[in-house]
Amino acid sequence: MSNENGLIYRISGPVVTAVGISPRMYEVVRVGDEGLMGEVIELHGDQSVIQVYEETSGISPGEPVIRTGQTLSVQLGPGLLTQIYDGIQRPLPKLEETMGVFITRGVDADGLDLEREWEFNATVKKGDEVSSGHVIGTVQETETIEHRVMVPPNVSGKVKSIKSGTFNIKETVCVLEDGSEIAMMQEWPVRHPRPFVQKYAPDVPLITGQRILDFLFPLAKGGTAGIPGPFGSGKTVTQQQLAKWSDAQIVVYIGCGERGNEMTEVLDEFPHLIDPNTNKPLMNRTVMIANTSNMPVAAREASVYTGITIAEYFRDMGYNVALMADSTSRWAEAMREISSRLEEMPGEEGYPAYLSSRLAEFYERAGRVQTLAGSDGSVSVIGAVSPPGGDISEPVSQGTLRIVKVFWGLDAGLARQRHFPAINWLNSYSLYPQALDQWYRDNIAPDFPEVRTEISTLLQIESELQEIVQLVGSDALPIDQQLTLEVARMIREFFLQQNAFHDVDTFSDLDLQYHMAKAILTFQEEAKKAIAGGGQLEDVVNVPARTDLMRGRFEKGYAERISDLVSEMSKQIDASMEAN
Amino acid sequence: MSGKEYRTITDVKGPLVFLNKTEPVSYGEIVQLMLSDGSIKNGQVLDTSDDQVIVQVFEGTASVDRQTGVKFLGDVFKLPVSKGLIGRILDGAGRPRDGGPDIVADDMADIIGAAINPYSRQSPESFIQTGISAIDACTSLVRGQKLPIFSASGLPHNDIALQIARQAKLVGSDDDFVVVFCAMGITAEEYNFFVHDLERTGALENSALFVNLADDPAVERLITPRLALTAAEYLAFEHDYHVLVIYTDMTNYCESLRQIGAAREEVPGRRGYPGYMYTDLAMLYERAGLVKGKKGSITQFPILTMPGDDITHPIPDLSGYITEGQIVISRELHQKGIYPPINVLPSLSRLMNAGIGDGKTREDHKSVSDQLYAAYAQGKELRGLVAIVGEDALNERDLQLLKFADIFEHQFLRQSRDEDRSISEGTLDLAWDLLSNIDTKYLVRLDQKWIDKYHPNEKSGKEEE
Ligand SMILES: Nc1ncnc2c1ncn2[C@@H]1O[C@H](COP(=O)(O)OP(=O)(O)O)[C@@H](O)[C@H]1O
Ligand SMILES: [Mg+2]
Repeated sequence: MSNENGLIYRISGPVVTAVGISPRMYEVVRVGDEGLMGEVIELHGDQSVIQVYEETSGISPGEPVIRTGQTLSVQLGPGLLTQIYDGIQRPLPKLEETMGVFITRGVDADGLDLEREWEFNATVKKGDEVSSGHVIGTVQETETIEHRVMVPPNVSGKVKSIKSGTFNIKETVCVLEDGSEIAMMQEWPVRHPRPFVQKYAPDVPLITGQRILDFLFPLAKGGTAGIPGPFGSGKTVTQQQLAKWSDAQIVVYIGCGERGNEMTEVLDEFPHLIDPNTNKPLMNRTVMIANTSNMPVAAREASVYTGITIAEYFRDMGYNVALMADSTSRWAEAMREISSRLEEMPGEEGYPAYLSSRLAEFYERAGRVQTLAGSDGSVSVIGAVSPPGGDISEPVSQGTLRIVKVFWGLDAGLARQRHFPAINWLNSYSLYPQALDQWYRDNIAPDFPEVRTEISTLLQIESELQEIVQLVGSDALPIDQQLTLEVARMIREFFLQQNAFHDVDTFSDLDLQYHMAKAILTFQEEAKKAIAGGGQLEDVVNVPARTDLMRGRFEKGYAERISDLVSEMSKQIDASMEAN
Repeated sequence: MSGKEYRTITDVKGPLVFLNKTEPVSYGEIVQLMLSDGSIKNGQVLDTSDDQVIVQVFEGTASVDRQTGVKFLGDVFKLPVSKGLIGRILDGAGRPRDGGPDIVADDMADIIGAAINPYSRQSPESFIQTGISAIDACTSLVRGQKLPIFSASGLPHNDIALQIARQAKLVGSDDDFVVVFCAMGITAEEYNFFVHDLERTGALENSALFVNLADDPAVERLITPRLALTAAEYLAFEHDYHVLVIYTDMTNYCESLRQIGAAREEVPGRRGYPGYMYTDLAMLYERAGLVKGKKGSITQFPILTMPGDDITHPIPDLSGYITEGQIVISRELHQKGIYPPINVLPSLSRLMNAGIGDGKTREDHKSVSDQLYAAYAQGKELRGLVAIVGEDALNERDLQLLKFADIFEHQFLRQSRDEDRSISEGTLDLAWDLLSNIDTKYLVRLDQKWIDKYHPNEKSGKEEE
């Protein structure tokens, strides 16, 4: 049945129609004399419509189409970390070996190295009862990450034999009483979510080291966030910052239909960056998927599924995983392109009518779960969105915003002022603070939520005052309002702005963030007192210690110095009042 | 295997010809149409099946009828490549246009071009000095970058492109650039302007030109840039050249793309442009860069004119999503008589950070660039406020910034068409001079150590006079 052969009837770009076979939906087939990989996406009378993951020019009707009986799957096991794949899990270094620097076609490559041997340590013993998802042994996959080998889906029983030792990933390491043999590698069809016991409500923040994100619009571990913004507003830099500094244990980074050089940058940089949580290179915890804008669109469509499946696999080991997809709009466009070749009835702006359900299904694969093994794991998903002309009334932005719980709205105006990250603090939101506040109180400071509220209120007031300033100039405002403007300016320039390219400023831990926010509120309080006591706003604002406090954040050891800098500032403000 | 000739055309629609055929034709195959007057047109297969083949005809379908003979040439479009391309002028389909002989091919290269494996790329990081202060200081270009010029009709983008082509160099290296120039639907006058300038400076001998002018077939424009990039790749990756590709006007290219989409009755995306325009443009723009193990490089300067000066129009918008920044030309500055009228505020070079700083340009470059940018942005914004409340409402800081905006435009941006400023003495020192019009305490983006070292009034041991 599965090696039944058919013929190509029609070719239109990445879409090929075959006759003479009756495959299942989403079955992988081999197309043409070169055996290009494709996936069945529509059955239509005696015709099977196939999206092909490689360039189709030069292929003719009449060439063969062969069924494989498999659905599009990824190989899961030791060897995923530090790897970079294309959209259908072909390792790019492997492709370079076989094709050179340009990606030609017709080459297959396993997602995992089947020869490589790993040190397997059994963690169950003969006679133990195991079932799918249970960890039966571990492998030190990278310096920092222990790979937990799990019983594959639909397998369970009593362990008959299990051995520690050095094996490749296809060798049997464990046999169950019923004869099932378990190796370190398993496969999973990418379009199906991997199973778990239950979802929990997220209640721990994913700490990113980015002040505006962590402090004002936090994401929870297992949560979802969308970052829409026009080109040049900072989607990629923000995603890369999260990939670098967030306190997830595993990072899956998907470059979906974007620039080649951006992936090269990650490849160059990550092996040299030190993870603040483990003090080891960040690359150890990272899996990359790069299906750039000029690579085949069908493989781009598949890339997000490949990525999320790998993320779920590590979640099932009990890890907190963060997945970034840059950009989900390019994924949606790939769907649109394929759909239009299928001559489907288009929905809004030519996107297929199922766009929003696909988006929802994708983000639904995020979450904090109880795994089959009973442990706690999570997948957080952060999707960049690239709205045409920066206008988020379009279908992909709207479809995303209906689902995600955090909206980091990038703003062209802020980017133009080089206010980075250019996240608009007035229209962005997070629905998580309520769920996380207890965690902040317990782990950072009892008044953390109150400080946050004060900061965001000040920004709110500033925006109202700005409207008046636009009409009359700031000198016309009463002195207390002028002070509010100065405090808000301090929030923006000292706290919200954060230079991703500065060695020190690129990352602030939550403690430091809290102290910086408190420093601003201290300034406000001291300045109020000084002015009430006859001090001049100009003098108060310009005390040198405040400049030191603000510039100090670019220097190493700031966290240790900040409280001294704050007391010095208070002292000087006090003195400025007496001078009058 | 130049195959059989078919006379089975059923429909002709815009630039498309539909025919029934008897033997399998491959996707992307090239096609010749033999007209009754003996002339020949070229095309390419866009859709193929057992029952019907759709051919896109590059020269347009005028005079095609049901009797027209159609031959499938059994291969996809290829360009004969050799070092002999340098110094030649070819038409939009790759035929000699300069009266010279055919190119003697060392190889036949598929013009679609395969994607560079992202793992095989090398990060671009060598600063290219263009001698234009606005670019060198604020949107620095690096070798292997794709940096388009977003312009509009009536603005001097061609002068800027040519000035870059003339002046571009790597500081401290003699490596010269080879220019691959690609014209898509520009007027004969614009074309002559380019050619004369390249001739005048002797650069023509070091260039390969692919030319499709306004009165040449519109559909041919879809292959012209592919030919140019194929030539560029060959020169860069087979012969180690550093290639600068200038192509103009991307807007005409996109119009042709739209025309094909309409003829195929495709569901259009935004403003009638095909939904796959992003991918199509990426297949051009992404053919820039450096790859491991090869000495050559491809740097791209696409020029596009924004319809209605609108940067959110799909052509600049989709381009900006792919390219590594953009240089935006401003009508307002042009009207003030400032050349080059580059608006640095919406301009961006995404690869700048990798290409500047100590050992590359100068240690203070980043700080200076940030400060120039911030001061000009604020000064410019204050112009709006002054228009409402008058200068009296401004405090001292704001007054200085307001004045700086003018100084910046007239002394920093403005330079002549043959003025080649060096990055250190020409551009960055000038920037410090101009910034000294603002009190140091307002120059918050400048590190103190650079102020001590470079500020004309604070330099330790002031050596001026
Ligand atoms: N946090 C940041 N710190 C410093 N610069 C930034 C930051 N975010 C963005 N930028 C600047 O903005 C440019 C564009 O950012 P990028 O993330 O590539 O935008 P997008 O992906 O939205 O097109 C970057 O090249 C960088 O110069
Ligand atoms: Mg981006």
